[in-house]
Amino acid sequence: MDTPTDTRNDHSRQHTTLVAVENLSRRYGDALAVDNVSFELRKGEVLGFLGPNGAGKSTTMQMICGSLAPSAGQITINGFDLLDKPIEAKMNIGYLPENPPVYRELTVDEYLTYCARLHRIERSKISAALQQAREHCGLGEVRQRLIGNLSKGYQQRVGIAQAIIHQPPVVILDEPTVGLDPIQIREIRELIKTLGEDRSVILSTHILPEVQATCDRVQIIKRGQLVYNGSTEELGRQGQGNRLQAAFANPPEASLLAQLPGCVSVDNVDGQRVTLSFESADFARTLVETSVHNGWQLYELIPQNSSLEDIFVELTTSDSAATRQGEAA
Amino acid sequence: MILTIARREFSSMFLSPLAWVILAVIQAILGYMFLAQIENFYIIQPQLAHLQNTPGVTDIIIAPIFSLAAIILLMIMPLVTMRTLAEEKKNRTINLLFSAPISITQLVLGKFTGLLFFITILTGMLMLMPLSLLLGTALDLGKLLAIFIAMLLLLGSFAAIGLYLSSLTDNQTIAAVSTFGALLMLWIIDWVGDSLGDSQSVINYLSLLKHHQALVEGVINTTDVAYYLLIITLFLGLTIRQLDGDRLQH
Repeated sequence: MDTPTDTRNDHSRQHTTLVAVENLSRRYGDALAVDNVSFELRKGEVLGFLGPNGAGKSTTMQMICGSLAPSAGQITINGFDLLDKPIEAKMNIGYLPENPPVYRELTVDEYLTYCARLHRIERSKISAALQQAREHCGLGEVRQRLIGNLSKGYQQRVGIAQAIIHQPPVVILDEPTVGLDPIQIREIRELIKTLGEDRSVILSTHILPEVQATCDRVQIIKRGQLVYNGSTEELGRQGQGNRLQAAFANPPEASLLAQLPGCVSVDNVDGQRVTLSFESADFARTLVETSVHNGWQLYELIPQNSSLEDIFVELTTSDSAATRQGEAA
Repeated sequence: MILTIARREFSSMFLSPLAWVILAVIQAILGYMFLAQIENFYIIQPQLAHLQNTPGVTDIIIAPIFSLAAIILLMIMPLVTMRTLAEEKKNRTINLLFSAPISITQLVLGKFTGLLFFITILTGMLMLMPLSLLLGTALDLGKLLAIFIAMLLLLGSFAAIGLYLSSLTDNQTIAAVSTFGALLMLWIIDWVGDSLGDSQSVINYLSLLKHHQALVEGVINTTDVAYYLLIITLFLGLTIRQLDGDRLQH
């Protein structure tokens, strides 16, 4: 029982890659839920797993945690192959499934004690582990209450406490903020950030601001395939557009605007507003000067960043499934 | 690990009223039977005194009670085993066990051990009734021990069958009904053998009842013990296979 714990420490020193997924596929009957997915998770990284419903996020996570067997591919956790050494591999993982796996008839403390035992925490260290998990997840006040009587938000927190109680190097959270109120969501995000400081986190969600708020790296999955893999900043930069929205009190003909140097296209929003896309760097200055010169009475000029949402929609609805490989964080 | 799961299983039974109710109902019914049997013994006692080689108290009072207990428990054990795995599947708490560093074998053995704890308590409580007769008379303690072992083996095989059928579904009612059907089938399967007039047939060997009867009468036969151990091993093996298969195809 002690040996795997010792080797785990050795391994984490040697490997900076904590989770390696290679060519992972999973079928449900004829349907291919996860199609040849490969990625890595490094130490201290928070990886966001994005995708529309039914894209294969949960399936991938379940496979990493060993509650589903892959149809093909290999998963290595902290140097342990999940198939060859399932026990050692699973000792390095904390997992919060989509529905928190809590027993409604137990109190929070009873439940966490059971989880601690399941994860082979030594008897003498259990109460300290409980204490820490409770503090992390803000469960101090409800420790003696039945889980079945707690609100959804608290149940979710109990689920997270369960995932981190054995201090695993890898924490996998499947939609951790579903069903929480905005304050709780903010708390959970803080918690995830704290977790990301000394361990690696994989987080699945379809809430985009959550990714921007918490993740270092983003992977977008669509119909079982990875369509994007890059740092959150990279994704943000892609979104900085070459688009302006301008409003004129005395709007000119669209054709006049289209003739401006560097202008690519002109779209009418309403009578006074137009959206312009451009390619030259000083287009905005040109536009203002021309406006003053011709008396168009420009009164509003807004740079249009296409949001993460637009990119997400573009990536997950476009038919080309070619992977856009961003710069890995 | 096995003990952790066993303890959890055992205590969760007693967190719901079900285990208490089951223990109370069985105890009440068999207590009544026990008193009726003692009354009966008083009536026939004078006649027995004139005979030689008469059956003792243990044979007349206790053996019938445990034959009856076996039939009652055949109906009740499905209610004990139905929730073991079906409930975990339904509430998705099975994911906790799948992602924890334990093997499926440990998980199944843990569940089964938890059921064995319950069975031991149940049988122990039933044994208290015959033991109370020790206050007034001498008993054949060897036969009592045989009965105790018989009950453990019988209920153990009920539990293994129930555990397997509970692993097939996430609906507790279906688990209970199918377990009841399977147990009843194994109980009455020898009726066919009897009517064929062949007492040595395979069908006769399969009957739970035949093996139980011999043990309750105080005869500990390797054939009978092996039969129960085979049933238990077979169904625990099937459960492990089933849960492993669950991860392959949901």
